[in-house]
Amino acid sequence: MTDPTSLTLAQARDALRAKTLSSVELTRAYLDNIGKAKGLNAYVEVTADKALQMAAASDAKFARGEGGPLEGVALGIKDLYATEGVHTQACSHILDGFKPQYESTVTAHLWRDGAVMLGKLNMDEFAMGSSNETSYYGPVASPWLPPNWDGARAKAALPGDKKGLLTPGGSSGGSAAAVAARLCVAATASDTGGSIRQPAAFTGIVGIKPTYGRCSRYGMVAFASSLDQAGPLARDMRDAAIMLTSMAGHDPKDSTCYDAPVPNYEAAVGRSVKGMTIGIPREYRLDGMPAEIEALWRQGAEWLKAAGAKVVDVSLPHTRHALPAYYIVAPAEASSNLARYDGVRYGLREDGGDIIGLYERTRARGFGAEVRRRLMIGTYVLSAGYYDAYYVRAQKIRTLIKRDFETVFAEGVDAILTPATPSPAFGIGEKGSADPVEMYLNDVFTVTVNMAGLPGLVAPAGLSSAGLPMGLQLIGRPFDEETLFSIGAALEQSAPKLAMPDAWWA
Amino acid sequence: MSVDQATVRRIARLARIAVEPHEIPHLQGEINAILSFVEELSAVDVEGVEPMTSVIPMKLPMREDVVTDGEIAAKVLANAPLTEDGFFVVPKVVE
Repeated sequence: MTDPTSLTLAQARDALRAKTLSSVELTRAYLDNIGKAKGLNAYVEVTADKALQMAAASDAKFARGEGGPLEGVALGIKDLYATEGVHTQACSHILDGFKPQYESTVTAHLWRDGAVMLGKLNMDEFAMGSSNETSYYGPVASPWLPPNWDGARAKAALPGDKKGLLTPGGSSGGSAAAVAARLCVAATASDTGGSIRQPAAFTGIVGIKPTYGRCSRYGMVAFASSLDQAGPLARDMRDAAIMLTSMAGHDPKDSTCYDAPVPNYEAAVGRSVKGMTIGIPREYRLDGMPAEIEALWRQGAEWLKAAGAKVVDVSLPHTRHALPAYYIVAPAEASSNLARYDGVRYGLREDGGDIIGLYERTRARGFGAEVRRRLMIGTYVLSAGYYDAYYVRAQKIRTLIKRDFETVFAEGVDAILTPATPSPAFGIGEKGSADPVEMYLNDVFTVTVNMAGLPGLVAPAGLSSAGLPMGLQLIGRPFDEETLFSIGAALEQSAPKLAMPDAWWA
Repeated sequence: MSVDQATVRRIARLARIAVEPHEIPHLQGEINAILSFVEELSAVDVEGVEPMTSVIPMKLPMREDVVTDGEIAAKVLANAPLTEDGFFVVPKVVE
């Protein structure tokens, strides 16, 4: 029998329905893989008993001829989704011991549709990071081997600080590593500035950040509320489409959640792109961008042309201001959202004499360095005398960024093609230790999409000369995820199929 | 714009994060690196541009003004580090 963990979500779903595979078998195979992959540090909590119970319940449903769209499919959940009674800390020390009394809407949708939970996945603390190195639970190693390393050398580096191994990106690093290393069928992730798309590019998988409002944010640990959005990481375009169809949908508990029916995104996979217009924004051509990223981008445009699309040059003149404006808006919203962690209502508590001392000590000890830094920046840009100069100005620039996209879409462009990241994956411990801005530059191609609230999809498109995955990004009109899945599938058809790395870590 | 050490201490106080004196110079450097990164925004022409308030134009949903949950004190307190008689416990704040 084939290894059930080698199946895509669509294949596993079909095998489960055909009863050639049981959910308990599938779930056990994944729990087995997870047990052998502890060194990667992708999971921060494995819910084996719960997983097997849910799997048995799914098998019972199949026996009765019932079952939802994701019945029996074993998923990993990013640690920022509230899961009732189960570890939910956004990988922060300040949420020590927190077990939600309620379920997030996105995960509730997945369980409604029959999915099985394997456990909670590692991430950057409060989703603030691009390499999963800010997690309280330590970094995640990518299943991709560093250039010129063999499996034995990489395995020997796992128990230590993991220096030299590759990062899977962040903040959804655990989710990306788990999908690429076959530690779950697919995973939930979240994206505030690129946290789904950059890890997808780094690990050679598919990720989509849908339009702001497409998924409910209820029960997601908040980072920057006007930018945060849920989305899946999955092995291919079809799997991502199946996941998003379940995750999305209206929720009265989130007033920013969009009230419209969710299309069957899977039906968009394989739809022709003939006659579609793809925009290539000249402002995304950066100085010092590696030649192979530039070449991949050009290749992607050629593939879409060959599939019948029209490729045109477009201009998004305010692109370069998106990243600096993001580093005002996101910390400002974070400083407000994270004010709730005070040592009183949940999580860590450090005594400090009076109540102010209690707050200050709890927060100093509970937040890691990157979170503290962003909270201080956010506090500063919102403080009296600076609010207009920083925050209001950044929100005006956000209007300009959105207008750029609206202009291009009004000219008849169906989607925009860009590189996903300025480079392939880098090493753990390699970036950002001296200058935080060095790490921030990872998001240069992805933040514009959050700032404008648009959907963005990353598809794997090839390998670098050093053998590492590289991705391309598609940006769509608001709530037109279907077009992105169709174009993404066309790219997937044309791009060389990436063989996922062998399990050197096991 | 850049911040001096007194401002770093003031921001930390406002953010309710205790910082030790030896951490100040390092934090000052990092905050100034980020402020210099965002400095270019001051040159952008934003004359007459409305600041964004909602990224997707959407009518704020309304619902009936009625009680929809409550009476779940035990759940609310379930994760609190310190409780007493159905209340959160904090250090004395009123003399």
